[in-house]
Amino acid sequence: MTPAQRRWLFGIGVTGLIAFYLWGLSGLPGFGHYPGPYGFIILRLAVRQTNATGIVSAVNFSYRGFDTVGEEFILFTAAAGTAVVLRRLRGERERSAVDQAADRDVPPTSGAIRMVALLFTGPVVVMGWWLASHAQTDPSGGFQGGVILATAFILVYLSGEFLVFKRFSPVNLTDAVEAVGAGGFAAIGVAAVPMGLAFLTNYLPLGQVPGAVSSSGTIALISFFVGLEVGAAFILIVGELLEQTLLIRQGSG
Amino acid sequence: MQYLPFVVVAWILAVGLYGIVTSRHLVHQIICLIVVQSSTYVLLLGVGYVTGAVAPYYYDVPNHTPAVDPVVQALALTDVVVEAAVTALLLSFAIQAHKRFGTLDPQELASLKG
Repeated sequence: MTPAQRRWLFGIGVTGLIAFYLWGLSGLPGFGHYPGPYGFIILRLAVRQTNATGIVSAVNFSYRGFDTVGEEFILFTAAAGTAVVLRRLRGERERSAVDQAADRDVPPTSGAIRMVALLFTGPVVVMGWWLASHAQTDPSGGFQGGVILATAFILVYLSGEFLVFKRFSPVNLTDAVEAVGAGGFAAIGVAAVPMGLAFLTNYLPLGQVPGAVSSSGTIALISFFVGLEVGAAFILIVGELLEQTLLIRQGSG
Repeated sequence: MQYLPFVVVAWILAVGLYGIVTSRHLVHQIICLIVVQSSTYVLLLGVGYVTGAVAPYYYDVPNHTPAVDPVVQALALTDVVVEAAVTALLLSFAIQAHKRFGTLDPQELASLKG
């Protein structure tokens, strides 16, 4: 198919799509007039039922927790897929990460980058943990916290070199943390079943005060495990991509 | 004005799709896919918006303040993270395709296979 034909076909398809979209739009209430009632019912009940003031987290980890299990395993599968696709292929060899020419100097990392990365690593770790453990109160949660925790390791790579990054995040440990994160979420959900409750029922004590860190039962716990899973998954993905760029070369040997 | 956010959704979607169809580079094509997916964020947040309402967090506002729909916000949140991971997977496919065929042009890649 030539590019011109392709454009024509796209033009026909997109015209149809837009027509259907506008048709669907005509039945929607306008912007700012959300009709409910599902979201409004949750807003009314969530604080009373779960003692969580972060309603988005309550939806993610409790009301629609079942969907989030699925989403979490998409992430898990994507990380596993990246590791499989970026393996060493036939006809490729892996260089050792150790410096091969010890007599020649490695170009040094610029002082400015090293400084900024070192300054930010600590605060970023604190912020990541804070976000992962405050899903029940504020606009935060395991997904955001995990990504920011992974950023800390990328800062380590920026300030040092690949070997340091590898030492800070050994693959076996990162794999284990990812598995514990993903499995922990499912295990918390399944643990409700022997108690005679539905999958992912919030069976832990909800705490006394809405909005306290210790409140909201399984929501806080699940968010924490999601934080582990997301953080480890992103560290693994970044590690795989770096290994691909830095270590794997054409040729055998 | 009442439908402006939904028109923006259609625009982002169409621009992204056009990019995917006419792309001459796999990395560019993956970025276009991200653009397509961004339209879903605007759609989700636009659908759940309530005029004059606060964010669905009751940490420092009274319990019965009107808030926007929390369900679509939760969907958008997980959507962003999953998109990042899927993008990484697609980029790793692009790396391997380049190694194998020596090109990242999707049209040449198609003709190599056929």
